Amino acid sequence: MSASPVPPTPPPGPRSARPNVAVTLDGEEVLAFPGETVLALARRLGVPIPTLCQLDGVSVYGGCRLCVVEVEGEHRLPLACATEVSADMEVRSTSAELRDHRRRIVALLFAEGSHVCAACVASGACELQDLATETGVDHVPYELTFPSHEVDASHPFFVLDRDRCVLCTRCVRVCDEIEGAHVWDIAQRGSDARLIAGMDQPWGEVASCTSCGKCVAACPTGALYHQGTASGERRPDPGLIAFLADARAGVWEPRDNGAVSQPRDAAGPHEQGTTP
Amino acid sequence: MSDSARSTVKARTREAHPSGDERFAMIDSALKRARFAQDHLIEILHVAQEVFGYISEDVLRYVGAALRLPPSRVYGVATFYHLFTFDPPGDHTCTVCTGTACYVKGADDIVAAVQARYGIAAGQTTADGRLTLSTARCLGSCGLAPVAVLDGEVRGHLDADAVVAEIRDNLGQDGQDGSGAEADVERRDEHHETEAVR
Repeated sequence: MSASPVPPTPPPGPRSARPNVAVTLDGEEVLAFPGETVLALARRLGVPIPTLCQLDGVSVYGGCRLCVVEVEGEHRLPLACATEVSADMEVRSTSAELRDHRRRIVALLFAEGSHVCAACVASGACELQDLATETGVDHVPYELTFPSHEVDASHPFFVLDRDRCVLCTRCVRVCDEIEGAHVWDIAQRGSDARLIAGMDQPWGEVASCTSCGKCVAACPTGALYHQGTASGERRPDPGLIAFLADARAGVWEPRDNGAVSQPRDAAGPHEQGTTP
Repeated sequence: MSDSARSTVKARTREAHPSGDERFAMIDSALKRARFAQDHLIEILHVAQEVFGYISEDVLRYVGAALRLPPSRVYGVATFYHLFTFDPPGDHTCTVCTGTACYVKGADDIVAAVQARYGIAAGQTTADGRLTLSTARCLGSCGLAPVAVLDGEVRGHLDADAVVAEIRDNLGQDGQDGSGAEADVERRDEHHETEAVR
């Protein structure tokens, strides 16, 4: 963007060191970087751990509890996304108990919202839907609460449908940490908790919103989407956030999905050019 | 936004609130004591609630701007806590704890009794602004369960009749000052009973 070249700076964190922490992951001895989280280690080694609120490029929230793992000698189940590796740690990423926990968590997410996949813009490209498939939630064994939430379509480009919101706070963190606008936050608490824009205003009236669309790209469900998106048409782009965070740290690589080179204003929504 | 971010000094010598309301000066002095540190938001909100009796959106914006916190963050923090109220309270207040211990000991009956007698739901104020009924999650006095805070005084080991009687006393005290409130209450009771019959 600017004419003067920016000298590349090595990113701080795990990659600047060497993997020298001996960890046992699912019975296999592996080497982890100092300060690496259990989730990052598992991802690097291709061990699947389900996540929902976790998003590469923004801070750890630890709200969805889906990435719980078992650590030998620990009574509680720590979160893989928020637990750093330590020497001689013995981690189990899956067990009958963990699978049961994860299934319940996903079922509870469905029970506390109004998630109707057939009528949802995100169907087919929804992380909640994928999690249900992954964890084997084919029905919800809890009473559905059918909360009454408002849809906020006041923004000229985007829509917020709180019925589909799982309160993962990805949009909150992206708007705060990447865009720096902090339009979003969570108001109230417990079962009353809801996503708000500004002082609980209509989104379109919040002056600090830059309409950058990063919250829409980061949303794991169909809660945030572009105006005019029909059922099953939404294609979220959570990788955009990691790309932007890396780019700021000076270690960005061109993205293979072409989203970078595509002009923003071409046909409006810039995520339409991406393929799932 | 960039203007306010640049001038640190300017914020310290901010102009008074445009309304000219002198109560904002008390918030200002709390802000100065906190040195405008963002992590003092909750303390400042406490001061604001003490000064105004409740926290209006205007006050939230004022505090947020002073601490340079985004409005959504201020609103989110304030609404998280049950003890912050966003509507002007009535002359008398009744806050019933509905935490686990109090719930087990029958806090719901207390709330239901007050609701039935004064015709207001939890979180509401009577139409004449005399009484506000609210609930709190846990007051931290579980040994005294069930607990209620009546006009700022914590009372324990309560039952529905005791709470209703005490509210009647509190409302009646104004009557002794000559305003005839007790009679008002009785009249309102009759009114509610006829409402209920209808």
